Amino acid sequence: MNNSGLYVHIPFCRSRCTYCDFYSQTDLSLAPEWLAAMKVEASLYKDRFAPFDSLYLGGGTPTALTKCRLKKLVHTLYREFCFKEDLEFTVEANPDDLSQDYVALLKDLGVNRVSVGVQSLDDNELSFIRRRHNASQAEKAFERLRKTGFQTLSVDLIYALPGQTLNTWLKTLHRAVRLHPEHLSCYQLTLEKHSPLGIMATRGKIKKAGIEEERRFFLATSSFLEEEGYLHYEVSNFALHGQLCRHNLKYWEGSPYLGLGPAAHSFDGTARWWNTRSIKRYLRRLSEGGSPRAGKETLSPEARYMEHLLLGFRTRLGVEIDRIKHAPELEAILERLQKSGLAIIRKGRVIPTTEGFLHADGLPLLFL
Amino acid sequence: MGSLLENVFCKVGGKKPSKRTTGKLHNEFQPVRQSKIFFYKSILWMNQGLERHMSQIRNFSIIAHIDHGKSTLADRFIQYAGLVNERQFRDQILDSMDLERERGITIKSHTITLPYTDEAGESYALNLIDTPGHVDFSYEVSRALASCEGVLLLVDASQGVQAQTLSNLFMAMEHDLNIIPVINKIDLPSADVQMVKDQLDSELGLDPDTAILCSAKEGTGIVEILQAIVKQIPGPAENAESPLKALIFDARYDPFRGVIVSCRLFDGRVKPGDVIRFMSHGRTYRVEEVGLFRLTREPAKNLSAGEVGYIIAGVKTVSDTRIGDTITLDSNPAFEALPGFKEVRPVVFSSLYPISSEDYESLVVALEKYKLNDAALVYQKDSSAALGQGFRCGFLGLLHLEIVQERLEREYDQSFIMTVPSVQYQFTLSGDRVLTVDNPQYYPDPTTIVTSAEPFIRATIFTPERHLGAVMKLCMERRGVNARFNSPAPGRLEVIYDMPLAEVIVDFHDKLKSITQGYGSFDYELAGYREGNLVKLDFLVNGEKVDALSLIVHADRARQWAVQVCDRLKEEIPRHQFKIAIQGAIGGKIIARSTLSSFRKDVTAKCYGGDITRKRKLLEKQKKGKKRMKMVGSVQIPQGAFVAVLKADYE
Repeated sequence: MNNSGLYVHIPFCRSRCTYCDFYSQTDLSLAPEWLAAMKVEASLYKDRFAPFDSLYLGGGTPTALTKCRLKKLVHTLYREFCFKEDLEFTVEANPDDLSQDYVALLKDLGVNRVSVGVQSLDDNELSFIRRRHNASQAEKAFERLRKTGFQTLSVDLIYALPGQTLNTWLKTLHRAVRLHPEHLSCYQLTLEKHSPLGIMATRGKIKKAGIEEERRFFLATSSFLEEEGYLHYEVSNFALHGQLCRHNLKYWEGSPYLGLGPAAHSFDGTARWWNTRSIKRYLRRLSEGGSPRAGKETLSPEARYMEHLLLGFRTRLGVEIDRIKHAPELEAILERLQKSGLAIIRKGRVIPTTEGFLHADGLPLLFL
Repeated sequence: MGSLLENVFCKVGGKKPSKRTTGKLHNEFQPVRQSKIFFYKSILWMNQGLERHMSQIRNFSIIAHIDHGKSTLADRFIQYAGLVNERQFRDQILDSMDLERERGITIKSHTITLPYTDEAGESYALNLIDTPGHVDFSYEVSRALASCEGVLLLVDASQGVQAQTLSNLFMAMEHDLNIIPVINKIDLPSADVQMVKDQLDSELGLDPDTAILCSAKEGTGIVEILQAIVKQIPGPAENAESPLKALIFDARYDPFRGVIVSCRLFDGRVKPGDVIRFMSHGRTYRVEEVGLFRLTREPAKNLSAGEVGYIIAGVKTVSDTRIGDTITLDSNPAFEALPGFKEVRPVVFSSLYPISSEDYESLVVALEKYKLNDAALVYQKDSSAALGQGFRCGFLGLLHLEIVQERLEREYDQSFIMTVPSVQYQFTLSGDRVLTVDNPQYYPDPTTIVTSAEPFIRATIFTPERHLGAVMKLCMERRGVNARFNSPAPGRLEVIYDMPLAEVIVDFHDKLKSITQGYGSFDYELAGYREGNLVKLDFLVNGEKVDALSLIVHADRARQWAVQVCDRLKEEIPRHQFKIAIQGAIGGKIIARSTLSSFRKDVTAKCYGGDITRKRKLLEKQKKGKKRMKMVGSVQIPQGAFVAVLKADYE
């Protein structure tokens, strides 16, 4: 069994960004209660998972927590769970939260990877998506992290925003690369139905980028970053050699992970379960001595096969041919995939090309 | 009691029948009037101690153009008769199949006996023989009508006389039936009773003053109709002492009892224990049960001449009972069968292939079970290079085909592909050999063909005059010839064309409706074979010939079909990860082509913890959708594409 990862969902943000529909809330007054509840939830899983070799604080905005609370949270985790010595400890951070004190605290707590929510390095775009920082603040925060000694930094970016041109996006990428991050996550904007941007799109107030435009953005991003020496290792993720995000790979490789906090998902290798999305219900359930779980499913072999396919085609690891169910037309399909440049076959694996990543959601169906 | 009944009969005799049927009816029912009232065996009627009596029976049908309200009227009768209470009542009681209720048409006819007491306190048994309402089933309708003494001719007050109204009327007149015109839907704002009365007079030659006004929906006029049935339709003739002659007008399969034969007794009587003989094939069966149709079957001690009821005699499949056949007694057979029996022959053909070859066995079982209840469906084994093992099926018409398709899917849970419907072509080959082909796969080597011929129909279309141009254009596009016109009333035209059956089996009716804004109506009869240059059109998807898509078409129409089918396939086949060429060809020569472009992008940006389950659920759904597709090479073709290709506009 692969090593497991631990994820903690911090359900707070100082303000909501317009593209986001993750669960979080801007009322920070519930933070003390949440912290206490999380401790109770953590105790439910004591000894249920092997020692973790990755810890990921995400959200929400983990850095929206006060230093004191963040410290308390991390200490609780250290107390409740076992971690491996070479732990990858990632914290998602907003540039505007990264004061020198805060950065120092992260370092003290053992954080060794910070994923900075830069999103864009164009001030107009940043204000359009209601980020609380501007481009130079983001760059300064990044430098602060470097100076404090962080050796693995990741930049989160978002593209294909309404009104954005390929030109402004490439400028952002250029500036981001000058920061020399070890890792970049570049997400094409998904108009989530319930996000403010999604609602604006439904009402026709903003125009979604067309498919051809999205393709251009995607392909340009990939070729630019590959030329800069980054490996396009997952649909939206790029890393320098040896800097792949260990925690996120667990999602894609089917390794176990435990998620704590409202709306967090967990997987123990055979079953998936997920917590209630509502922070109030999460608090109430735990205070009543219950479980915050909202649902659970045990995966059938067929379901695991499907997941294997749908996750495999999203990474450069691809899918092992021997794991693909034999069908009479398998040979023809593989040949066609190669001919049309969607995948290559190497070392007994079907590996999607960049063009293949653009069809990652359609590829699994070919093998079902 | 006797005098009252005689009184009623005097009225029937004295009533002036509708113009066109004058004379015949009088002669036909002379014996009824003259004979003494015959008291039938004493059987409890409605458990009220009333005697079932010959002259108290009325056998009738309702005939109407589709949607003129036949089933609603039947429901109203049932309600009036008190057979169901308000709570049990649901719309269109007689249309018991889901499919019938959804489509608003009657597929299988139903029969019901309605108890009725007139104002004088006399009790009657009114046998309503419901008929299927589509031209595909006109033979079944004719047998149902042969079992009646009268009909209600139902006409929609806003739509007036339509093509089926006329063909039904002719059919009723052929059987010398007493016709009661009923104008329905008078509650509609668009109702124009005077217009319909004028049409009854001028187009049908019926006495408009005899028409009864009703709204089946609101329940008005129902009593008047029931009174008219009793007064105007004669009771059946009585020949209970002659050898048994019973006309089969319907049959259905019951998994516990075998076949339930619906029949009308003309002569003699039958009871459990009798050995009956089906005169068409001579097989004999021992009667287990006879009875009457109420909302459910009600066993009786026997059935006697004039009555309508059912016989259960251990018959295994409905294919052994042929609609229109005569039942007689083995021990005392009738000298000759009742007239009008025909073997029903399929006119439209299509192949069925299981989506997955593993489902072949289950399709075999489903077809066998389905066939128990539908004698009109014929099928035999068939195989296709593209689709594997399957069955070639013959249907009465396109509606019948669609019914079989939907019932196999819904009631028997089958997933299959149905190929483009075809008619039966005749090829005369060198050496004077004649080959009949209903499957494009068996199109002969073109070099051996001397002549080819296809079935024609005589199409009768009713249309308002203002749409004549559009109707003629449509008919000519469909290779209609020999146009004839009648003008039965100002502003309305009856247009008659000779047309190839192949040109109307798919979307002709829908098309006609749309170009006439719903006012056009259509009916047809088969009219023999005519010569024409028939070619085989093949389709290639990604360079692979899909034999199940092949068509036999007239050479003049080949290019048009090829373009239409290519375009339609482009719409029906989902985008793939690669470009797909779709081509139409005659004998290897490409005559049409379309290209389906590939998917350009099919990926979502994020996939972390919570997204995985959601994505998998979506994939499961897509997989189910894919199960309903057929892989041809590496292309998925949806199940519906095979029939849908012909349902397109090509303008």
